[in-house]
Amino acid sequence: MDYALIWAALISIAVFAYVALDGFDLGIGLLFPWFTNEQHRDRMVNTVAPVWDGNETWLVLGGGGLLAVFPLAYSVLLPALYMPVIAMLLGLIFRGVAFEFRFKSRNNKHWWDRSFMLGSAVAAFSQGVMLGAMLQGIDVTDRAYSGGWFDWLSPFTIFAGIAVCIGYMLLGATWLIMKTDGQLQGRSFSLARNLSLLMILAIAAASIYLVSTYGQVADRWLTWPTSAGLWLLPFALAIVGGGLLTALNKKREGAPYLWALGVFLIAFIGFAVSIFPYLIPFEITLWEAAGPDNSLSFLLVGAVILIPIIFAYTGYTYWVFRGKTSEDSGYHE
Amino acid sequence: MLESWFSQADAVLLARFQFAFTVAFHIIFPAFTIGLASFLAVLEGLYLKTRNPVYQKLFRYWVKIFAVAFGMGVVSGIVMSYQFGTNWAVFSDKAGPVIGPLMGYEVLTAFFLEAGFLGVMLFGMNKVGERLHFFATLMVAVGTAISAFWILSVNSWMQTPAGFAMNEQGQFIVTSWFEAIFNPSFPYRLAHMLLAAYLTTAFVVGAVGAWHLLKDSTSASARKMFSMAMWMALIVAPLQVFVGDLHGLNTQEHQPAKVAAMEGHFETQSNAPLYLFGLPNQTTAEVDYAVKIPGLASLILQHDINAEVTGLDQFPRDEWPPVAIVFWAFRIMVGIGVLMMLIGLWSGFQRLRGGLYQSKMLHRSAVLMGPLGFVAVIAGWVVTEVGRQPWVIQGLLRTSEAVSPVDAVGVGASLLAFIIVYFLVFGAGTVYILRKMAGDPEHTHIPDYARIPMAAERLYHEEK
Repeated sequence: MDYALIWAALISIAVFAYVALDGFDLGIGLLFPWFTNEQHRDRMVNTVAPVWDGNETWLVLGGGGLLAVFPLAYSVLLPALYMPVIAMLLGLIFRGVAFEFRFKSRNNKHWWDRSFMLGSAVAAFSQGVMLGAMLQGIDVTDRAYSGGWFDWLSPFTIFAGIAVCIGYMLLGATWLIMKTDGQLQGRSFSLARNLSLLMILAIAAASIYLVSTYGQVADRWLTWPTSAGLWLLPFALAIVGGGLLTALNKKREGAPYLWALGVFLIAFIGFAVSIFPYLIPFEITLWEAAGPDNSLSFLLVGAVILIPIIFAYTGYTYWVFRGKTSEDSGYHE
Repeated sequence: MLESWFSQADAVLLARFQFAFTVAFHIIFPAFTIGLASFLAVLEGLYLKTRNPVYQKLFRYWVKIFAVAFGMGVVSGIVMSYQFGTNWAVFSDKAGPVIGPLMGYEVLTAFFLEAGFLGVMLFGMNKVGERLHFFATLMVAVGTAISAFWILSVNSWMQTPAGFAMNEQGQFIVTSWFEAIFNPSFPYRLAHMLLAAYLTTAFVVGAVGAWHLLKDSTSASARKMFSMAMWMALIVAPLQVFVGDLHGLNTQEHQPAKVAAMEGHFETQSNAPLYLFGLPNQTTAEVDYAVKIPGLASLILQHDINAEVTGLDQFPRDEWPPVAIVFWAFRIMVGIGVLMMLIGLWSGFQRLRGGLYQSKMLHRSAVLMGPLGFVAVIAGWVVTEVGRQPWVIQGLLRTSEAVSPVDAVGVGASLLAFIIVYFLVFGAGTVYILRKMAGDPEHTHIPDYARIPMAAERLYHEEK
């Protein structure tokens, strides 16, 4: 059995689960500047308070999983992305504690609001930078990273950072449409519309730039059979983007979030196709990065049994907290 | 050449300090939340069984403190899962096939369980009813213990590696998962750490109870928590001394150099002394200003006053751990352990006399003991981790050879950032926790769950 390939698929699922789930709660932090009303902010935080912790656990699974099954990729990627990784971790600290602290603080609530906002922004931006840096390619010599401290920094990675922020804000806004009502929901509708357009533009711009600039990525998109995707994916993006805008125009409450996830899924597939079968573009393939088979199979047994169970009780938690979040639910102080 | 060697040595030292700093800060929160989650499960279970409102009050009181501590544990823990890669890439590449799957199991069996049910535990009382809520609390408590199981297995494997072979890329590969997970030091380390977490939490709960007893010795909530905590001190502290002794004997068998450093024994000798005080000198290989009891170390380690005890002279100098740090960290840990046992005995004596809720001396001492569990936990980790040096995997991989290809400036800058952020953020968190603890447990707000449920929410939706 090709354990490495199965694991590459599983880790992709974990990363996508992370983006789908933590995406909206990071997005809520990023949207704070557009919602200055104190009660609105409390309510926004309360929509994610019971679930953010589980959402971030997917990130730990991504890191831990990479170490377990692709130790070589883990040990090259993290030194290569040292600064954005540290920035992301510090950002996550500031915003994670803000959930609790902003309701506990007597005089400094506005500071924890800022920390929630900035922490979310730094974490989301860093994730985008890492994505961009991977697409650019990473230097490797003798099983170790051999590039410099600032290889991750380029106009393209900055653009990717901003694009991910926009994407998370879109997820956040569509989540708020689902979980709130009244003024807060109305504002989310209009924000979501603008963000959808920006997001679709950003994906298109990134794709064109990547294909025209980076030889390795361009090669795969311009040679058969992947070149078919060159026509398929933009087509799919047009359909899903249209679905998203229509759902927003019709004031649907649940559908926009799912359509927004669809936009992410298309971008995610595009990213995967651009680098497959490399794990460290364009140096180390997933088979070269994989650990010994018995490590992969040992953890696979657990993953196959436990991941469905995790989806089940995570789903249960979401179901318990289904429906609109009222203003006074969540934190009682 | 010399210059690059120096900067490399600095990078290793800074990377070690960064790991030590982030992990020492992190361990404070799990040590507290492992114990507190179990305490909360006991409180909720007792409330459901007896319907005594004092348990419900205590549950509501401590669950808020738990929420803050747990949040800080989560965010400082995410840092740990990436620390292996940023600064210890060679270690990750080589040991990843062994420790990676174990940590993968920790995420799958523990972290998701805790995080998944935490939401229900903190915010779900009016949505799921009390039985399901109790189940959620239990799952959180079980999750914290499972998490300890896996991460201590990982650490124990680095101390006493077993069940592995090497492949041609120099990676460790597992030949027996059972032997790797249940490696020789694991059962002792797990028991020692879990008891440490329970004791640490008991002394925090005891200190808060004592603080409120000093203000009002009739407070039913304060009495209940103080009494529960002192039972723990009376029973668990002596048990911990016993388990700690077993753990020490196991270490003597597998990592004799560590025990020699703990004892300050530079030379192999029979009738070996126990040093009560002293300044171990790594260069002269002597303990300066020693205050010692002859033969006692032989008695403790070999259970025979005349037995020979291995000293550091049996090991090449470049395999010695930094003796003074290990020696003193060990004394701090044991000293606090003894104090905890004494408090437990004192409380037992006062309980018999009927003075448990009246003795101001006991209450003041218990308040002072509150934070010492954390000090003991960190000191214990210093003993075991610094005592393993210069190895990151005992006898197989040197710490200096496990580091990432990063330079001192980068590691130093990120270390500085961690220090500033941690003191700022976790300092604020500690203030909020202390503020909660200063609140009177008798006046804990209990929302009227019977009235809030779905009806109120339905009303809310109909209104709009």
